[in-house]
Amino acid sequence: MSDLTALTIAEALEGLKAREYTAEELTEEHIKSIEASRALNAFVLETPDQAVDDAKASDARRARGEVGALEGIPLGVKDLFCTKDVRTTACSHILENFVPPYESFVTRKLRAAGACFLGKTNLDEFAMGSSNETSYFGPVRNPWGQVVDDAGLVPGGSSGGSASAVAAGLCLGAIGTDTGGSIRQPAAFCGIVGMKPTYGRCSRWGIVAFASSLDQAGPMTRTVKDAAIMLGAMVGFDENDSTSAQNVVPDFQACLGQDIKGLRIGIPKEYRVEGMDQEIEALWTKGAGLLEEQGAEVIEISLPKTKYALPTYYIIAPAEASSNLARYDGMRFGLRVDGENLEETYMKTRAEGFGAEVRRRVLIGTYVLSAGYYDAYYLKAQKVRRIISEEFASAFDQVDAVLTPTAPTPAFSRGERTDDLISMYLNDVFTVPASLAGLPAISIPAGLSSHGLPLGLQLITRAFDESTLFRVAGALEEAAGWSPHPLKYQGS
Amino acid sequence: MSLIKGRTGDWEIVIGLEVHAQLSTASKLFSGASTEFGAEPNTQVTLVDAALPGMLPVLNKEAVEQAVLTGLAINANINEHSVFDRKNYFYPDLPQGYQISQFSDPIVGSGEIEIELDGGLTRTVRITRIHLEQDAGKSLHDQAPNHTYVDLNRSGVPLMEIVSEPDIRSAAEAAAYVVKLRSILQYVGSCDGNMERGNLRCDANVSVRRPGEEYGTRCEIKNLNSIRFLQQAIDYEARRQVDLIESGEKIVQETRLFDSNKGVTRSMRSKEEAHDYRYFPDPDLMPLDLESDYIESLRLSLPELPDQKLERFINDLKLPLDVAKELVTEKEKADYFEPVALRRDAKLVSSMVRKDVFGYANNHSLEISEVPVLPDQYGELVDLVSAGDVNARTASEVFVEMAETGKSAKSIVEERGLKQVSDSGELEKILDDIIAGSEEQVVQFKNGNEKIIGWFVGQVMQKTKGQANPTVVNDLLKKKLDK
Repeated sequence: MSDLTALTIAEALEGLKAREYTAEELTEEHIKSIEASRALNAFVLETPDQAVDDAKASDARRARGEVGALEGIPLGVKDLFCTKDVRTTACSHILENFVPPYESFVTRKLRAAGACFLGKTNLDEFAMGSSNETSYFGPVRNPWGQVVDDAGLVPGGSSGGSASAVAAGLCLGAIGTDTGGSIRQPAAFCGIVGMKPTYGRCSRWGIVAFASSLDQAGPMTRTVKDAAIMLGAMVGFDENDSTSAQNVVPDFQACLGQDIKGLRIGIPKEYRVEGMDQEIEALWTKGAGLLEEQGAEVIEISLPKTKYALPTYYIIAPAEASSNLARYDGMRFGLRVDGENLEETYMKTRAEGFGAEVRRRVLIGTYVLSAGYYDAYYLKAQKVRRIISEEFASAFDQVDAVLTPTAPTPAFSRGERTDDLISMYLNDVFTVPASLAGLPAISIPAGLSSHGLPLGLQLITRAFDESTLFRVAGALEEAAGWSPHPLKYQGS
Repeated sequence: MSLIKGRTGDWEIVIGLEVHAQLSTASKLFSGASTEFGAEPNTQVTLVDAALPGMLPVLNKEAVEQAVLTGLAINANINEHSVFDRKNYFYPDLPQGYQISQFSDPIVGSGEIEIELDGGLTRTVRITRIHLEQDAGKSLHDQAPNHTYVDLNRSGVPLMEIVSEPDIRSAAEAAAYVVKLRSILQYVGSCDGNMERGNLRCDANVSVRRPGEEYGTRCEIKNLNSIRFLQQAIDYEARRQVDLIESGEKIVQETRLFDSNKGVTRSMRSKEEAHDYRYFPDPDLMPLDLESDYIESLRLSLPELPDQKLERFINDLKLPLDVAKELVTEKEKADYFEPVALRRDAKLVSSMVRKDVFGYANNHSLEISEVPVLPDQYGELVDLVSAGDVNARTASEVFVEMAETGKSAKSIVEERGLKQVSDSGELEKILDDIIAGSEEQVVQFKNGNEKIIGWFVGQVMQKTKGQANPTVVNDLLKKKLDK
């Protein structure tokens, strides 16, 4: 039997269908892989027993002829998704012992499609971070660190655990959440595919909220096709999420393999930002060339307000977070540190329960919403956000997709940017605009840096046009010739 | 205009009210939990109401409908676009750490309510806005010496905040306004108006000024839960402000609480201590966009409102204003009166119902709807009175027995032999006997002593054991004696 952890989801579905192996065997192999790679710290909770039970149940269903879209596929779940009776922490001390009595919409759908959950993956605390260094359960290693002899190479964030796990073959795919790039940037850092659908495609019900108007769940996989398969099992209207979209869900896989002749690809000139690696710029040019070779028309476009996207994001996201995190008050669930009186209990609980980055963002958010500052910050940011959306909308009059780098640099070392927050936040410079505009976007691995680290390119399309997104991404993936094989972690 | 006399002259009170009315929806504003009153603590709480991680609000359509209907009933502009905002503050009975409310874009815009003042005068009170918001839970401080318990049953219950302009000029007007507003809410069906349960409560903004001058600095008195307290609080507060100003001090803008035991208002927090609620649009909810067709269809479904009913009672049923007003103000009274009055003598019905039914409810501390005699059953009793079978006094006794035994009016009258003698032939015979034996009294009558008629009636009643129809007896007597 070949290495079952090296399969893509599409291959595994074929193998299971052909009875080459059982879901139980597939799951067992991944459990072993997780155990062997604990040094990555990709999982904060392993649920092998549940995974095996799920796999056995899946085999039984298959035997009865009941086959879901992800029947028997072992996945990792970012520990921001509430999972019934399974500890869910958001990688925060304040939720360290929280066991939800409910299952998130997305994980419920995945389970209904036959997926088996191997456990909960690490993330930046409350999804606030770009390097997975703010997790209460410690940082995650990027398996590519072994290539450059850097055990502390970050996987990106906030979905760093999911990215690392998929890259290293600990699971066939994983789910992440993306608020300003939290799926796409770690996917780029770890050499995998990370996709954020249109805002509203995936219900947010049961996902621990960071910034409600930006948060979206999405798949993290080793191929574009796998992302399409997974996304198909995650989306759908949910009456319990008022921002859930009622739009028709297309067959995401149907457009894969279609040629891209005549499609117009936009290259936004304003994305040539200062401080961008030369090699990334070169990769970007190369990517555009690859699409052109396949018959797409590459057009330079202008998105002039892009430069305001990052500051806008760092007002809106913390503002929403400051309010969303108010419920962690030690009164009903989670950590409680008693003080002499109510106010002191609040202060002690939240001071002890939240890490430095979360506290910082709660403070920023509280500040920008305060009387006297609201108009200058929050209201203005909302206006800029609308302008950014409008700019994208008019860009899409000229083009069908936009191509950009995913991040301005390859993965960096642990601690390298924790003292320089601006450079940390700058990591999101290419991913944040699509988040603000609510547009679907995908990062695909497109090449290696001179040091041998993976680099990602990002595609963005119109709202609810994931079909074109997958179509172009599939073509680019094929042309770039990236190997979907996992990079097994040998370190300890 | 009612003024208060100060040492230095007259002062005018200026009042604006914010009324919090609990909507009569079956479930909460953003969750499916029941809003039923009186349940065991924390039994009507969903994951959303307890604000567990990842839970999201979903707007209750029934609440929207009730708010729109209320707006239409006060001739208000219904805003086709409104927004839900978060009002952020920490308190244990506020699980989310914010209240979902409407700040800059409420569902209902400006409207008006006309109130009746003494002497047939009216005053139009302008309504600034009505917005929807969640109620908080309840902190129970009296369960244990060192702990506070929290009941989340109320958490998320839908409220309408109805804000008036400062158009009210006295405590009595404030009371009339609340009574009128409550009546409208009851007619629309958007709030039961029960102040004892806290389903209707108000905050009063009170200031004083010299008549015709600029508004003075106002103080807000929070959470007044009865009309009596509202009036007491306003009167106390206005007098306090006048005394302060007249002794050379300044009014400080602040929030005050009314102590109903002592009848005084006390400072709760000053403007400087006021919270910064950091309002911003709730990103979990889309703006509420209503189609004009929807609003128009609700306009068509509006029930008859108190003013319309009052007009009808006066014009069609010919009831006097004060009687009509009493019947209309509390919807339950009108609901009882109307089916009984249908095809019957409305004046007779109104006087009987007020005495018997409303009196009974009052004596037994019942809601009108809890009176055990239904309007249909009561109608039978009215018919007996109309037919002259029983007189009004006997009818009241029959009514009490109906309420206590559940028996019908007819069967009680028959069983107890209460039917009055209206048969003029029978009564004539009795009268003839009496007249024949009372020559002296007949002479007195002939000599002009009309009062002697009472004596004759008394004789008849004695003979008939009180069952003679007094009207018939009177008529007969006059006929016979005048001969």
